[in-house]
Amino acid sequence: MLGLTITQWLFGILSFLAIMFALMVVFTRNPVNSVLYLVLTFFCIAGHYLLLNAQFLAVVHIVVYAGAIMVLFLFIIMLMNLNADTEPRKHIVTRLIAGVIGGMLLVVMVGALKGAEHLTIIRGGASQIGLVKNLGQVLFHDFLFPFEIASILLLAALVGAIMIGKRDTNINDKSITNN
Amino acid sequence: MLNGIPINYYIMLSAVLFIIGVVGVMARRNAIIIFMCIELMLNAVNLLLVAFSTLHQDASGQVFVFFVMAVAAAEVAVGLAILAMVYRNLKTIDIDLLSRLKN
Repeated sequence: MLGLTITQWLFGILSFLAIMFALMVVFTRNPVNSVLYLVLTFFCIAGHYLLLNAQFLAVVHIVVYAGAIMVLFLFIIMLMNLNADTEPRKHIVTRLIAGVIGGMLLVVMVGALKGAEHLTIIRGGASQIGLVKNLGQVLFHDFLFPFEIASILLLAALVGAIMIGKRDTNINDKSITNN
Repeated sequence: MLNGIPINYYIMLSAVLFIIGVVGVMARRNAIIIFMCIELMLNAVNLLLVAFSTLHQDASGQVFVFFVMAVAAAEVAVGLAILAMVYRNLKTIDIDLLSRLKN
């Protein structure tokens, strides 16, 4: 089939889908649809991780992003009762300028990153570094201290989110606590 | 199985996803959509980190992606809590209206 291997076909299809879904995230008016398209984008990126033989990261990506973070987004959007009618829109000129600036930035990045063509991922299929065993050994030998710091960061974020989301008790008016 | 995908394909894909995130941040007014576009940018960088980690056969890149995910989760938790509080007080999450931080 056109001289391409199955991996290259998968890469092309997943890349196309990821870019399309990412564009839909930006251009859909309804925020709920945006969240769902972002979930699809994350699934495509998880497919890319699988192609790169990073199984552990693919699973963690689906669990953390598609499972946890996106559900949080969906909860907040439904809490605020947002839909396409209430969606604020920027002026058309602003959006056009944003598109032009993005295109220019893309040209700059593509131009700056030319010259990396001779690097090809050769040993991807044979690589074992993405497996849980090897990744765990690296994580708990070389990166043990950052790992502990990350746990403190998550604890701080937890406490911060609760403190910010907590309703002030001495105001004490009609609605229930949100977070 | 992964013979013959040049690294610059991954670079291009990540650049395009990153730019889509940048355009989303600039073109939308809904603060939640802007958060989602920031997530998209983080994921573009993550994808490139994993690609280079596989290219160089070095697990440090994948461990770094792991940390980026932890930081993104913390960021989203705090950011959405702030947005929920802002919405409770002002009944809007329109960025252009929030830009004054007062009144």
